[in-house]
Amino acid sequence: MTSLSGTGALIRLFLRLDRVRLPVWALVLGIVPVGTASAFQGLYTTEASRLELAATVTSNPAFTALLGPLYDPSIGGLTAWRIGTLGSFIVALMAVLTMIRHTRDDEETGRRELLGSTVVGRHAPLAAALTVTIATGVVIGVIITAGLTGLGLPLEGSIAFGAGFTAVTMSFAAVGAFTAQLTQAGSTARGLGVGIVGLFFVFRMAGDVAEADGLGWLTWLSPIGWFSQLRPFAGERWWVFALWIGFSVAVATMAIVVQSRRDVGEGALPPRPGPDRAVSSLGSPTGLAWRLQRGSLVGWTAGLGVLGIIYGAAGDSIAEMLAESPQLAEIFEQMGGTQTLTDTFFAAAVGIIAIVSSAYAIRSVLKLKSEEDSLRSELVLATATPRSRFVWSHLVYGLVGPVVILAVAGALAGATYGAITGDIAGETPRVLAAAMAQVPAVWVLTGATMALYGAFPRLASLSWGVLAFCLILGQLGQILQFPQWSLNLSPFTHIPTIPAEEFVAAPFAVLLVIAAGLIVAGMTGFRARDIPYS
Amino acid sequence: MSNAISISGLEKHFGHVAALDGLDLEVATGEVHGFLGPNGAGKTTTIRVLLGLLKADGGEVSLLGGDPWTEATALHRRLAYVPGDVSLWPNLTGGEVIDLLGRLRGGLDEGRRASLLERFDLDPTKKGRTYSKGNRQKVALVAALSSNVELLILDEPTAGLDPLMEAQFRAAIEEDRREGRTVLLASHILAEVEALCDRVSIVRKGQTVESGTLDDLRHLTRTTVIAETTADPAALGSMPGVHQLLVQDHRIELEVDSDRMSDLVAGLAPLGVRNLVSHPPTLEELFMRHYQDGENRE
Repeated sequence: MTSLSGTGALIRLFLRLDRVRLPVWALVLGIVPVGTASAFQGLYTTEASRLELAATVTSNPAFTALLGPLYDPSIGGLTAWRIGTLGSFIVALMAVLTMIRHTRDDEETGRRELLGSTVVGRHAPLAAALTVTIATGVVIGVIITAGLTGLGLPLEGSIAFGAGFTAVTMSFAAVGAFTAQLTQAGSTARGLGVGIVGLFFVFRMAGDVAEADGLGWLTWLSPIGWFSQLRPFAGERWWVFALWIGFSVAVATMAIVVQSRRDVGEGALPPRPGPDRAVSSLGSPTGLAWRLQRGSLVGWTAGLGVLGIIYGAAGDSIAEMLAESPQLAEIFEQMGGTQTLTDTFFAAAVGIIAIVSSAYAIRSVLKLKSEEDSLRSELVLATATPRSRFVWSHLVYGLVGPVVILAVAGALAGATYGAITGDIAGETPRVLAAAMAQVPAVWVLTGATMALYGAFPRLASLSWGVLAFCLILGQLGQILQFPQWSLNLSPFTHIPTIPAEEFVAAPFAVLLVIAAGLIVAGMTGFRARDIPYS
Repeated sequence: MSNAISISGLEKHFGHVAALDGLDLEVATGEVHGFLGPNGAGKTTTIRVLLGLLKADGGEVSLLGGDPWTEATALHRRLAYVPGDVSLWPNLTGGEVIDLLGRLRGGLDEGRRASLLERFDLDPTKKGRTYSKGNRQKVALVAALSSNVELLILDEPTAGLDPLMEAQFRAAIEEDRREGRTVLLASHILAEVEALCDRVSIVRKGQTVESGTLDDLRHLTRTTVIAETTADPAALGSMPGVHQLLVQDHRIELEVDSDRMSDLVAGLAPLGVRNLVSHPPTLEELFMRHYQDGENRE
């Protein structure tokens, strides 16, 4: 038996387990770029209209911060700019999560042991998980390449775009493989992996925004940044693939080395003994939920706080650039003043923070489901804990958590921007208010997750689909001119873009009522149903 | 209140599958009641209905004089539960889980907590994810047994324990019995049930097939007789009430209906008995017979 025995059987097993999940990832990540290119073709038919769009885009560092630089005003170039960076980010998340699910999660639950007792080599699960994840990346790449060439876009650019996503998948499959080796708990490995993806995203953002200040090298530290450096449809730099391959091989080798040195089930970082008695706060459902949720609340708040600081700093480069270019300043003056420009930027930045906060909210509500799936909720509900109290103990994180995250990120963004422009007292409350305005929309997603979990627990994971839907509408809806009724389906559409727009109470009231209705529906469903659900 | 648990005609369906199909169960206050059945017979489903986790589709259920679905919270203060498949929070230590569950139930006997930890040889400083199955079960057992409750509901609590720990478990349950607690012990470890339980109920495919004290059950059933005779014993096979006759030269092994015992002895005597062993059916034999008879009928 070699260390790779059984890899083939495991690949088939993983494909069977992921027969819905991975095709959905591949289809969405493959089709969105093609759909975007097709929409660009329909909307920007003339060279002049594309140049105009490109001029708006390149003149606004907000776009550079969020989406990376635009290198070519062709349909392909615009698509690569609009989808490339954010798409690479999501592809990276997919790769990390898939890897950890098939390696560390299996070890933590003991499934790995069950497999290990059969003819399965030491490295086989890792090899199989890498194969399946990278294969998904290849499928994504093929869909993109085929789709873009099918639309009549240049072959080289289409190949670069598709293969670029494949290369990002490969790099972060290696990252996932590595983080899976470090800790015993799948959740910790996932946190670590997602944190690394976020860190690489921040590197490229800092590099792209501050390129003029000589910080462009930061982009080159990031496998996500390499996608824009590949420059699909803008004179492809094929040698960038060597970076991805080198990175993947190096990180995967580290993962294999660590795995060779440790026992199955163990992490490279050893577990420590804990207290033999519970502190007095750990004596109620609320205390238990705090214990289970606090780490992730702190982590997400810190992560998004950093993002807020970066947005705040980026906001200043807008003002700087306007100072350097009187003509540009004049254009924006006519459009409503420089204040409006930074306001629009912060409204967009806050919108992204709100989407990420929604991911936190969904995750924290779905903790109820993972507790139920693992039969731990049964332990609690067999004690003198009413069902409603059990639900509220976790649901409160889906409601208060996003408020905390948005408040910290918004205040830090405003304060950072204010510190640079010399008006902390003025800017902090403005951006903070913009962030807080997003709360009712986030709560609608919290409510939707609760409704699904309470009434249709088997479908609870669909709440991630709802989030993806809102993300696509929010990011692509306007530039691709989706019909207004479809945009209206996302709660975020209805939030006035404070501070650029005035505050109006009506949409907030409606969103709050919807959120409350969804929570009541979920709670009613939960109190009437079997636990565990069948 | 004479009965801690009273169930009649309980039904529960999962989709088209009837998990419980008219199950009956009576557990008197203060008794240790064995709840026996093969895997999938409906033991865990019954327990989940008793805990108000599953809603019954039909039948009457009374737990400590109340309705387990509508009065779950109040009733749960008076009972402790050990699930068959104990899953602990990966980041909480065993000691923390014991304290947490005790507090959620409304109180913990400190002295008993300490003595049980020692008897079960459990390290309370290890994190949930590092415990073996047996140790996870010990955590749940210590939490349940050191709670101040009147009813213990235990779902195959010793499935992961080694024989030494199982002996400790039996001793602990004996103490609970002396203190007047009621115990519902779902199990398929027959020796354990035989050693601990005052009464047993045997379930099969969601129905109760037998219920009573072990003596009652034995009385209703057959006794195993092994004998060596000088004459050929084959003729005994035609006696009424004799079953499962095995003849090997002059050695016979058979089962006889309990009320036909004197006829059998009368029939044996003229054959010249050299050696005679007779024993009442073990629980295992009872159980196997109910189970296999049921299988054969279908």
